[in-house]
Amino acid sequence: MSQATLSIRRISGHAGAAPGDNVERDYQVCKLIDTTTCIGCKACEVACVEWNGYTFTETVFDNSYQTMPSTAWNYWNLIKFNEHEREDGSITLLMRKDQCMHCADPGCLTACPADGAIVQYTNGIVDFQQQNCIGCGYCVSGCPFDIPKFNPTTKKMFKCTLCVDRVSEGLEPACIKSCPTGCLHFGSKDDMKDLAETRAKQLRENYGIEKAGVYDPAGVGGTGVIYVLHDATNPEAYGGLPKDPHVPWVVRFWKGPAKWIGNLAMLGGIIGVTLHYFRYGPKEVHPAKDGNGGQP
Amino acid sequence: MSSHAISSPRTTGEPGERILRYTLGERVNHWFAALTYIYCLVTGLAFWSPYMFWLAVLVGGGPTARFWHPWFGLAFTVSVFLMYRMWRGDMLTTDADRRWNKAIKHYIENDDQDLPPEGRFNYGQKVFFWLMFYGIILLLISGLGLWFVEFIPWSLRWLRYLAVTVHVVAALATIGGFIIHVYMGTAMVRGGFTSIIRGEVSTAWARTHHRLWYEQVMKGTSPQK
Repeated sequence: MSQATLSIRRISGHAGAAPGDNVERDYQVCKLIDTTTCIGCKACEVACVEWNGYTFTETVFDNSYQTMPSTAWNYWNLIKFNEHEREDGSITLLMRKDQCMHCADPGCLTACPADGAIVQYTNGIVDFQQQNCIGCGYCVSGCPFDIPKFNPTTKKMFKCTLCVDRVSEGLEPACIKSCPTGCLHFGSKDDMKDLAETRAKQLRENYGIEKAGVYDPAGVGGTGVIYVLHDATNPEAYGGLPKDPHVPWVVRFWKGPAKWIGNLAMLGGIIGVTLHYFRYGPKEVHPAKDGNGGQP
Repeated sequence: MSSHAISSPRTTGEPGERILRYTLGERVNHWFAALTYIYCLVTGLAFWSPYMFWLAVLVGGGPTARFWHPWFGLAFTVSVFLMYRMWRGDMLTTDADRRWNKAIKHYIENDDQDLPPEGRFNYGQKVFFWLMFYGIILLLISGLGLWFVEFIPWSLRWLRYLAVTVHVVAALATIGGFIIHVYMGTAMVRGGFTSIIRGEVSTAWARTHHRLWYEQVMKGTSPQK
């Protein structure tokens, strides 16, 4: 990141072009998760907890291989297991690594009221800045993937950082590093989309998996985490991946027109009572004895 | 001194005489409500708009404001429920209110001599009371939803969005009432502000603004408050 923003465009008093001039770079980073080659080993879960320095939490057994029902403030990466019944009645185990999707249009950032608590870097990573977080939980309402989680001890929100600390040093995220099957890939958004489409095409044409496709939902402007799914028409089967996620319209309205309507109404109220005072002033108290008992 | 008027069930209505309008308990509770509401207002506005986030800095910073906002909200709720216990009977709409409301134009334009007489509270005050009463019920329920948002399951996430909407709408409605209430209690109806601090009003004030109540107090058919 720091290097990216410090790329030199022009140099004073320099003979010839600046080094690196005319080079086009794709700064948008992306994680590709190929659910068709995931074996559910949970190495990514372990790597995530280890790299981010958390101690392991108790697992919650719920008649599946899944570690716990959902991600937690100190468990940002969770493989969701779903015993899915195919149309022919046979059973398949769908496994999807769940984490922050790093939306191009992040609902958490839209909902957040605290200055600088959520930032989106130019490489697309959406990151919480806990020193600015006030712990209000608005991001929970804004997120279309139910990702931000509250730490009750520090009263701050946490989620996957896409290993921004590693990525800014030129490393791949910890989960990618740990994956033994190569179902996780990391690179530029364009490269990952190409790779995903190639894989989906391969699944359709070579393996007869006709509904195979790429999950890069347009409703949130595309995501910094994309999936290859066996059945792209039914993402809900993969542990509740929303079919058409978007920032809730209530959050959009709340943070958009409602703000102006409300502010103008409050300002109108203050101006209104002020003008009333200028025009009519305070009320007179009638004298106690005015001859007719105060009757008009 | 007015201690005689307060202790006696009957007064003569002499000029300068003062009668008790609000008991000590009513006054203390009113100011407890005012304090807790204003804290919630200031911090709530900070969370409402980035251009008002500096208000949170005034009261100790964003995290501190966020920590106390729901607790002050609960305290305000308790205060409003106490008001409900004390004033519920006085706040019911009467025929006098209906007549007064038809002539509200005269009240707004300060032609009070053309107004039908009112009881202890006029219709406007009653509307404000019920606005705050139902407002705090909505704010309490929606506020609990915002406070414990993670406990609303994902499958019921529409409740999260409903909580946001209801909290905003109810807060704005109470702010509208609050602006008018503060204006009328301080600038427009002189004597109102001191009455909610020290409890007393002049007989002339009582007769001008709340004649039915004044007459009841004079006849001794209503407790002096």
